[in-house]
This record gives sequence, structure tokens and C-alpha cells, in this order.
Amino acid sequence: MTDIAAAPLRDITAHPPGLAMRRFKDASFIVWGVVATVIGLGTLVALVSELVGDGGHRLTLAFFTSFPSSDPAEAGILSAWVGSILVIITTACIAIPIGVLAGIYLEEYAPKNIITSAIEIAVNNLAGVPSIIFGLLAVGLFVQVFGLGQTILTAGITLSLLILPVVIVATREAVRSVPLEIRHAALAVGATKWQATQHHVLPYALPGVVTGVIIGISRAIGETAPLILIGGLTFVAFLPITRPGDPTFQVIGAVDEYGAPLSPDAVESVRIDHDGVVVMPDFTEMPVEAGQTYELPHGATVQSVASVGDAVESWSPTNWLDSEFTVLPIQMFNWTSRPQAEFLEIAAAAGLVLLAITLLLNGSAIWLRYRLRKRIKW
Amino acid sequence: MDRDFTKKRARPIEGVMEGLLFAAAALAVAIVAGILYVVISEAAKFFAQVSFLEFVTETRWTPLFDDAHYGIAPLLTGTFMSTLVALAVAVPLGLLVAIYLSEFASSRMRETIKPTLELLAGVPTVVYGYFALLFVTPILQRMIPGLPGFNLLSAGIVMGLMIIPYIASLSEDAMRAVPSSLREGSFAMGATRLETAFRVVFPAAISGIIGAIILGMSRAVGETMIVVIAGGQLPQIVTTPTQQGATVTAFIAQVALGDIAFGTLEYQSIFAAGLALLVLTLLFNFAAFGLQRRFREVY
Repeated sequence: MTDIAAAPLRDITAHPPGLAMRRFKDASFIVWGVVATVIGLGTLVALVSELVGDGGHRLTLAFFTSFPSSDPAEAGILSAWVGSILVIITTACIAIPIGVLAGIYLEEYAPKNIITSAIEIAVNNLAGVPSIIFGLLAVGLFVQVFGLGQTILTAGITLSLLILPVVIVATREAVRSVPLEIRHAALAVGATKWQATQHHVLPYALPGVVTGVIIGISRAIGETAPLILIGGLTFVAFLPITRPGDPTFQVIGAVDEYGAPLSPDAVESVRIDHDGVVVMPDFTEMPVEAGQTYELPHGATVQSVASVGDAVESWSPTNWLDSEFTVLPIQMFNWTSRPQAEFLEIAAAAGLVLLAITLLLNGSAIWLRYRLRKRIKW
Repeated sequence: MDRDFTKKRARPIEGVMEGLLFAAAALAVAIVAGILYVVISEAAKFFAQVSFLEFVTETRWTPLFDDAHYGIAPLLTGTFMSTLVALAVAVPLGLLVAIYLSEFASSRMRETIKPTLELLAGVPTVVYGYFALLFVTPILQRMIPGLPGFNLLSAGIVMGLMIIPYIASLSEDAMRAVPSSLREGSFAMGATRLETAFRVVFPAAISGIIGAIILGMSRAVGETMIVVIAGGQLPQIVTTPTQQGATVTAFIAQVALGDIAFGTLEYQSIFAAGLALLVLTLLFNFAAFGLQRRFREVY
């Protein structure tokens, strides 16, 4: 116990002792803060300059229009970027509607009951599941049980499940930020619940939803681990879609795995679309003309050159969904794991392309979000 | 024609939409159930052939050898070591950035730095793996003589750099959520910004900060590509970060890179490893949730 009366009198208007030191510590912390921030931002700079230094000179037009090859000087990312686009289209078509609808349900419709809390727990935990576990799900369920194969469809479904929590959470936040008065006003003039949601809540929430979707898509583009489990490191030197000028092959009738017709004597009348040749089952060739109809035996192959029309037709998802594929991150990983330095160069070039796409997408999402925060003041 | 406004018109679309919305949301539960079903059922087939005791006590993990041993310990030490290195990098740096941005930086500075840092979180992990192997490892080899070309140190450091944005951004949110009246009270008592930051704001925001750290940790544990590319894929008991090593995730990827013959013990072993990983990350999620509740201060 200190006797109050015995405490020495101090001039309390004077600076407290040690103030200079405390101020110095305060100021010097700023240095630490700046150093830490610079290390964080410096990583990005180092990353980009490393990739540019290693692979920048390989970013030629030919790099984008060549298939992968065992010769690093010739190899390119054609099948990888086309594969990435097709997989991402599939992913977006699945994840966006489901994620947005689920987000709307949880914010606008969900009653407070045990089912809703189960859904909330599921969404929150899904966000924390490591991506490679989604690969196990894909192999164990989609490939093994559903028999979808190691295809673009399987990859698209897997990635859409992976980014579903991102889309759901973004949608919920966007919908929640629309003020209650908007809904009340709509309901007051006779709108039903879905009309109010569709015509009044959703348009206001749209920019927030788009932001979440962009971030999700960007994540799906860069994701490698789950696709290793379904795609493996397959060498893909073909495109799931056809380009004008590509050779096309049309097999007549049903054939077994050796190309032999299942019913050898069957004949079919076929209308030929383009000039080309028909290779008969006995390997004799017969030239054919466009517009003519020929009687062809089963097992024959019509070979011609794809026209622009064929190329457009090949864009129908039924033509590429069940195709094997490779994507940009897998192609980059494939080249990174080879010992020769030339492959590391093209790995860096592929990394640059990947980095440019993801930074662009993330940057636009962040820009959209900050703009949004500034603009809308309820 | 007069319309009778008191009559309610049936709109079947209302019911249809509500059903559709519910189905979409319920899918999340189905996905979780699907993951649990696949991983647990395949892991069960694994444990029918390998005893659970061997799984947790054996110190060798060699499913791909003729003399196969199935001890998860080497993979777990690899995972813990790389995560530890990542946290040693990301926690101090992330928290420094968070305190600086929340308590010292001007709002304009903050609005510029935070989104730029968030860009780091969007970099694909395979690019980080390349960066670890060809940028960080050579630098480390110059500093540490005899460091192998593949090591967990380099993978861990880059993983740490990767999770800085998560820790910094979420901690900064937590600290900014502390009411400014607490800060003003501290300033009025004569405390400096630094003292206020460490003795008032930091303790008040501790729940959010711990949540941020655990989230970062969970990211590091589940990270695959960086360790696969830079870590060496060699399952051994790891005692120092300068060793080569394999993590649980790296092993799964390594098996997948070969030809998986479905239904073999080797195929089932990746699900057993996956189950271990899933349990680990779910534990972290629940721990973060529980801690946040326990330390939450109500203002």
C-alpha cells in the first residue's frame, strides 16, 4: 500500500517521462509496417519479373497456335487454352445458376429451421475443403460411379462444385446489402415474392454477384490439383473442337474397337457434304463429290476437310463435353516437372499467360467492388 | 372489364421458383455428403486391408514399393513442417501489414494497398510452385550451403507469401471493426498509436485475428501444387525444413500423376490420405469457429 500523502508531487503539466522514446517507437513501427507491405507487394513484382525473364521471349503467336510437342522449340499451348476455355464455359454454366439461386434462397426464402442451418454449415465447410479433395470426389463419384470419364464435363462439374461457395457467399452478401424498403415497396404494390426478388432485389444485387462470379471463375482457371486427379498428365495434341481446314473423319455404321463393322454386309446411303475420299473396309479409296449420295458399306470412312460450317457445328457442347482435355495450369505443371531448361522456358511463358488472365479477372473484380462501394449509398 | 382485385390469382411460378431455389441450396448438403461418402467408403476399403494401428504408428509410407508400408506419419510431418514454415512467414508479416494498414496508414494508402495485396491471393498455385522452385530455392541455396534442390523450406516460404493476403486482409477487417471510441479513449489517456494498437485494438480484435490465422493455416495444409513442384515428393519423417518431404496433398497428387488402377490398394490409399486431410481441415474450421465464439467481445 502506498501512502498517498507520501507520493512525491509531480508537475503533471510537464511531459511524462519516456515520451520521446515512446514516440520514437511509434514512428519506427511505421518502418516495420512499410517493410512488411513491401515484402508482400514485392512478391508480386518478383513473380512477374521472374516469369518475364524466363519465358517472356517465348510469347510469340506460334506459341498460341501450336500443339504441345516433345520438342520444346516447337511446343505451344493451343490445346491448353482451348481446353481451358471449354472447361470454364462448362464450369460457369453449372456454377453461376446454382450458386446464385442458392444464395437467393438462403437470404430471401430460407426459414429458420434445422434444414437451413444444415445448408449453412455445408456451405461454410465446403469453402474450407482443400481443392484436391474435390479431385477425390471427381474420381470416386463422377468417373467411377456415374461413368462420366476423364472428360471436359467431369472437369467442369468438379470445378463448379469448387467455386460454388464463392458464388453463394458473394450472392448472399450482395442480396443482403439491398435495403429492406425496396422489397417492401415492391410487395406493397402487389408484387409476389419472386416478382419482388426478380425485378427489384436482383438488379440491385447484380454488380456484387458479378464480382463474386469473376473471382470464382478466376480461381477455376488457375486450379490444378483436382484436375490432375481426373485428367492426369495426358499428352493432348488435338482439339475437342474442329477448325476450318482440319481433316475430318466420318465412320459409316457401328464399328468395333479395331474399326471392323459390326454388321459387315450392311449398306447405308450417305449424302456427302464436302469433296473428299472414302476409304472402304478393304482399304481401297474412292473419291466423292459434295452433294452426291452414295451407297456405302458399314466400316467405310469418309475423309474430307472441315469447312467453316463444320467448325461452327463442332461448337455444339454435345461434340466436346465428352472429350479428353488439357488446361493451361496442367500444361504448365507438365513442363515444370521436366528437367530440360527449354521446357522451363515454355512453362514460364504458359505461366505468364495464366497470370495475365487471372490478374486481369481479379483486378476487374476488385475494381468493380471498390467502385460499387463508392457509388451506391443507400 | 373490371378486374376483381380482392381475388388472388394463382401464380404457379412462385412455387416452382421456391422449389428450384431450395434445390440449388440443398445441393451444398449433397456435395458435402458426396465428399464424405466417397472418401470414407474408399478409405474403409483401405482400412479393411491395412490395420488402423499400422496407419497411425508405422513410420514409413511406401505404398508404391513392393515392400509396402502404410504409416501416415511421414506425410503428416511433411504437412506440419511446410505449414509451420508458412505460418512463420505469414503471421508476423500479415499482422504487421494489418496493424499498419488499420492503425497507421491513411485511408487512401489503405484503399490502394489492400486490393493490390488481394491480387496476390488470386495467383494460381502452379505459378507459385514455379516461383518456389526457380526463384526462391536458388536464393536459399546461396544462403544455406548443401540445401537440396527440392526442400520444404522453399515451398513453405512461398506458401507463407501466398497466405499473407488472407491473414492481413481478414485481420485488418477485424481491427477496423473495433469501435473507434475504444481508440479515442486510449488516445485520451495519452497512449501513442502503437500502444493503442497493441494494447487496445489488438486484444479487442483477437477473435477475428485468430480466425484469420487458422484460415491461413487451413489453406497451407490443403495446398498441393507448391509442395508437389518444390517439395520433392519424398515421404520421409521430416525434422528440419531443409529436408525433402511429401505432404498428404503431395502424395495424393503423386499417385494421380501415375496411372491409377482403380480398385487397387494404391488407389484406396489416396482416399485414406484424403480422409486424414479432410479431418485435419475440418478440425481447423471448427476450432476457428469455436475460438471466435469464445473470445468474442460484445460492444
